[in-house]
Amino acid sequence: MRRLKSIGAFWYDFVVGDDWRVAVVVVAALALTALLVHAAGANVWWLLPVCVFAALGWSLRRATRS
Amino acid sequence: MTALPLILTVFVACAVEAIEALTIVLAAGLTREWRSTFQGMAVALVVLAAIVAALGPTITLLPLTALRLVVGALLAIFGLQWLRKAILRATGYKSLHDEASAYLREVAAAKAAATSSRGRVRDWYAFTLSFKGVLLEGLEVIFIVITFGANQRNVGAAVIGAAAAVVVVAVTGVLVRAPLAKVPENALKFAVGIMLTSFGIFWGAEGAGVTWPGNDAALLVLVPVVALVGLCYTVLLRRPQGVRPASAPTSASEEVTSS
Repeated sequence: MRRLKSIGAFWYDFVVGDDWRVAVVVVAALALTALLVHAAGANVWWLLPVCVFAALGWSLRRATRS
Repeated sequence: MTALPLILTVFVACAVEAIEALTIVLAAGLTREWRSTFQGMAVALVVLAAIVAALGPTITLLPLTALRLVVGALLAIFGLQWLRKAILRATGYKSLHDEASAYLREVAAAKAAATSSRGRVRDWYAFTLSFKGVLLEGLEVIFIVITFGANQRNVGAAVIGAAAAVVVVAVTGVLVRAPLAKVPENALKFAVGIMLTSFGIFWGAEGAGVTWPGNDAALLVLVPVVALVGLCYTVLLRRPQGVRPASAPTSASEEVTSS
């Protein structure tokens, strides 16, 4: 069990890293993009880049304030 | 996308990881014992090969749309990690990754550690240091090779880029017998963060169903835009000169995982 936990912690740190909020924003933005494309037929190619840049700025602001 | 940009992107990303692995292997080999160091490196390479053998064929079986969505998300998250750290280093909020000082810390720790043998390994410390360094940096190489190669349906080209990076760094390391401190590693990491994030955005959005204006040519705009945003954040957040950066990692394990 302890080994499984450490493997999970390693992969979390490997992929997600220091700020989990960035990962949440990317996944949420992709889900919203897919929803808008498939349900509303809108080609929202700009949505993911905008969310990614905002998430990066937000994360940097948090890191530099702490 | 043709094979050349794929090979070059993978080459640069993997060269950064290979430089970090080389620093650890040199510290273990030169201060402890080469045989145990090579044993650790060999076992790590076998583990990495097993991971590639298990993951490689599986991931290429996924439908391209699903693959692009999953891999795009992973690459964007992974790339943003690199970019975030590179910007924090460039602005002085995180200490610069310095191979020369990392090497000195590894050497000091290696000299202080006691020697103990286990089975056929004469120096367990050198073995584990080398194993851990090569495995962790190698995992990042595999991640990059599989995600880029599978997405472009050209794993061979990605492997060529990665292999070339490892060979160039290893040969240079053997020739100079010292960590490659003169390589502008922080600038390279900034560039790799930009590439990983850009490809992640591009493939992730395609996987979600988006059609990019200009199709693949959109990458030619997306990469400079991501770079520009990264540079803008760097300028906006730059600390005034004379302010001390955050404390540097102090242990070997911290250094291994701080890329």
